[in-house]
Amino acid sequence: MSRRALLWTGLAVALLLAGLVSYYASSSPDGLEKVAGDQGFLDSAKDSATAGSPLADYGVAGVEDERASVGLAGVLGVIVTFVVAGGGFVLLARRRTRDG
Amino acid sequence: MHVPDGFIDVPTSAAFLGVAAVGVGVSLRGARRELDERTAPMAGLVAAFVFAVQMLNFPVAAGTSGHLLGGALAAILVGPYTAVLCVSVVLLVQGIFFADGGLTALGLNITNMALIAVPVAWLTFRLLRRVLPATRFGVLAATAVAAFVSVPASAVGFVVEYAIGGTTQVPLPTVLVAMGGVHLLIGIGEAVITTLTVGAVLAARPDLVYGARDLVPRLELRPAPANG
Repeated sequence: MSRRALLWTGLAVALLLAGLVSYYASSSPDGLEKVAGDQGFLDSAKDSATAGSPLADYGVAGVEDERASVGLAGVLGVIVTFVVAGGGFVLLARRRTRDG
Repeated sequence: MHVPDGFIDVPTSAAFLGVAAVGVGVSLRGARRELDERTAPMAGLVAAFVFAVQMLNFPVAAGTSGHLLGGALAAILVGPYTAVLCVSVVLLVQGIFFADGGLTALGLNITNMALIAVPVAWLTFRLLRRVLPATRFGVLAATAVAAFVSVPASAVGFVVEYAIGGTTQVPLPTVLVAMGGVHLLIGIGEAVITTLTVGAVLAARPDLVYGARDLVPRLELRPAPANG
């Protein structure tokens, strides 16, 4: 498998997972949330400064259909993460090459 | 595992932002040795993949779920310094756009899921690779154990932060036992997902698995036959 093919296959898998499979993820509290609830300190959590973000809690504001909302949020997240991380790593690698 | 704002007081959170900044700075230097222009897009893919799989919470016990942390996966695929950066970018994107994990808590989350999970996974992996056979099976066995231990290690990171600056007064042994117990279970999921993913890349392109480059036979340099 070529490097390019692996890259596109991997991206496709990530988009499928975030865009379609994520709807079926467990909505139970995660480990830390559960412990905080059981031990009575969940209420000390404060809303994030970004709680009003249009993508807050993995949904797109204004998209009513829950499947579409979480799927779209997931796809956007994968793209943003790939662009930020991939772009940063390419710059970092170039700098290394130039510095010799 | 994402710590929200409010669990840990502001001075402690700020101090851990400093810890995270130093850790990311060190990793930026280290990652330059791990990356080249061909592997850099792959490392971006690893970050995007970790973001995607972190959305897939799996049930672990009655009314509790867990998700991949991804530190072990990233370290084995692209190297430990690059892995710290991958997980940090994921946490930054989640905190800014998805309100997952507090912003003042970003340093706590980077510390637990990148600066603790990655080195613990990587050192465990390296240690096991030294004693296990240099085969795909050896790599995958080391991967599974490394991924497993990284999760409770990360949870202990939270307990330490809670001990330093928790805003509530739950006895530490109680927090430690509760956090450790549930994250041992989540660690099993981490091991399964990480091993399947590393196994898939190992089957397609073993030379692109940072932690298994020694399995790929090196190109031999031989003198060209006379008269070609």
